[in-house]
Amino acid sequence: MNAKTILIDSVRFYWSKNSDFKIYVPNLSISQGEKVLLLGESGSGKTTLLSLISGFLNPISGNIYLNEKKINDLAASNRDQYRSDNIGIIFQQFNLLPYANVIDNILLPLYFSKVRAGKALNQRETAVNLCKLLRLPDSVTNMKASNLSVGQQQRVAVARALIGNPSLIIADEPTSSLDTDAQKIFLDLMFSQIENNNSTLLMVSHDTSLSSHFDRVINVNEILIRED
Amino acid sequence: MLFKLTLSSLYARLLTVSMTVFAISLSLMLYLSIEKLRSSAYTSFTNTISQTDLIVGSRTSSIQLLLYSVFRIGNATNNITWESYEDIINRNEVAWAVPISLGDSHKGFRVMGTNMEFFERYKYRGGQSLEIEKGHQLNDLYDVVLGFGAAEKLGYKIGAPLIVSHGLQSFTDHDDQPFKVSGILAKTGTPVDNTVIVSLEAIEAIHVDWSSGTKIQGQETPVDEIRQMDLSPKNITSALIGVKSKLQVFKLQRWINEYPEEALSSILPGVALQELWRIVGIVENLLLGISAVVIFSTLIGMAAIIFSSLNERRREMAIWRAMGAQPGIIIGLLMIEAFIISLLSTIVSTILLFGLLYLLQPWIDNTYGILVNIEMLSLGDIFIFILFILAAMIVSLIPAIRAYWFSINDGMTIKI
Repeated sequence: MNAKTILIDSVRFYWSKNSDFKIYVPNLSISQGEKVLLLGESGSGKTTLLSLISGFLNPISGNIYLNEKKINDLAASNRDQYRSDNIGIIFQQFNLLPYANVIDNILLPLYFSKVRAGKALNQRETAVNLCKLLRLPDSVTNMKASNLSVGQQQRVAVARALIGNPSLIIADEPTSSLDTDAQKIFLDLMFSQIENNNSTLLMVSHDTSLSSHFDRVINVNEILIRED
Repeated sequence: MLFKLTLSSLYARLLTVSMTVFAISLSLMLYLSIEKLRSSAYTSFTNTISQTDLIVGSRTSSIQLLLYSVFRIGNATNNITWESYEDIINRNEVAWAVPISLGDSHKGFRVMGTNMEFFERYKYRGGQSLEIEKGHQLNDLYDVVLGFGAAEKLGYKIGAPLIVSHGLQSFTDHDDQPFKVSGILAKTGTPVDNTVIVSLEAIEAIHVDWSSGTKIQGQETPVDEIRQMDLSPKNITSALIGVKSKLQVFKLQRWINEYPEEALSSILPGVALQELWRIVGIVENLLLGISAVVIFSTLIGMAAIIFSSLNERRREMAIWRAMGAQPGIIIGLLMIEAFIISLLSTIVSTILLFGLLYLLQPWIDNTYGILVNIEMLSLGDIFIFILFILAAMIVSLIPAIRAYWFSINDGMTIKI
């Protein structure tokens, strides 16, 4: 059995005791290199789950292990550091700093993570190379992010998540603003790079048609219990 | 990188940022110009008269004496007889004296009778002397020397005829004895600029046919006859006095104040100026208060602008956080932003200030007689700038802390 990238054990979370949003995740385990699709409607708590896994939120009780390190005991700043060292995040859309150019956007995580900076020795070259692998035209590398098409922006976001080889890539509905053809191209490109790095992928979507691309499909209702 | 990205972030919001900078610059400029005007007014004011040790007039308050003798505001309650004046100038302590006779006017400008010594002895701005810019001094009985401002506003050239009116606001003119402009003084920035200067004898001459403030009916002495008459003055309004040794000022002042023949007052102009400024200084405090409010509202305005930009920038903050930026960095970003905005504002406000001063200096000078010096920023101004930048950064902590909470609570869920 591979090493576990994510292990969640009896995690409970709510904003306040009287909140009408309380969740309980008894158990979730994702192995290194797995590509997992997390399906769920909006409001089902999947984004909260992602926030817990990436250490933005801390559980009320239970434990979360990331690369077999318990992150819920870490101080907030250490969790921030752990996140930047180990997780590449791709948001839904409006992913990039619109005023910065493509290369600066891609290099951003390296600024906060020495670990990842250490893995990308020649930073600029690595970034340009990632752009090539993701089939971004050479001409875009010095363009401002705001001048790119949505599809190009999403690929830059992938490059940024991949740079410095973090072990886990978390993607929050990255394809929702793309049409079906573009979705397929995007996923193929993303998958090939994630496989190159042997990274784990946890992608959230409400689109069941994407299921066939993944190793494992988890419906959020199967692992997450609403307690409100 | 953080600084570079902050700069490009600001550049991306060029329109809002430049409007913010402009708004702050305007308020800062307002503060600077109020401050500048305040200090210039004070300098102008306290420099109105210098090197005169005593001013003598009939018994009155020191401020009133100062007002009518130097600023030509208000009236003397009484005159001094020439005999008293002679008694004073015959004292050992007195080095020089200039008699002044006031009471008449020309088109709203005060007419002052004096003698030639006035042009030598009257000093302003730390010892500067009056200069005749055009023409010459009072050579003839009916010669007039105009202050710079009076000449400019009346549009009189050398040789222009001029008729003195009786009193300050009257319909009776001394039109039987017309004067002629013989000289125009260079600009001084003092009340002398707005004064019409004639000789003491001329004051006597135009009042030959007058008695107790009214014209004697039917009496009209021809000018030729008047020129032959003894026109030595019988009364004056006040006198400027210089002493031989500064140590004797108080002794002489006391002697004058206790002069038995007539009720006289003598004042130290420097002290009276300070006293007067303390009254005028209420305005000064008011201006300072306004300045403070302006600066304060500017800071609040800037905080408000940063605040309102926070919502649209939550996504940006979330990206920073996702990349591993600690919440402290988010605060840092906003403070760097406040620093850049306030620094830019100080620079722009300085440029605006000098532009404005350059444009308005002649107008302020003409209208209020305040000469605003266009000079480099004082240390005090720079100190205010530094204080302002620090205050801006402190104030920006309020939105920064809010952004901090946003970024902690948002995590990955950004609700827009």
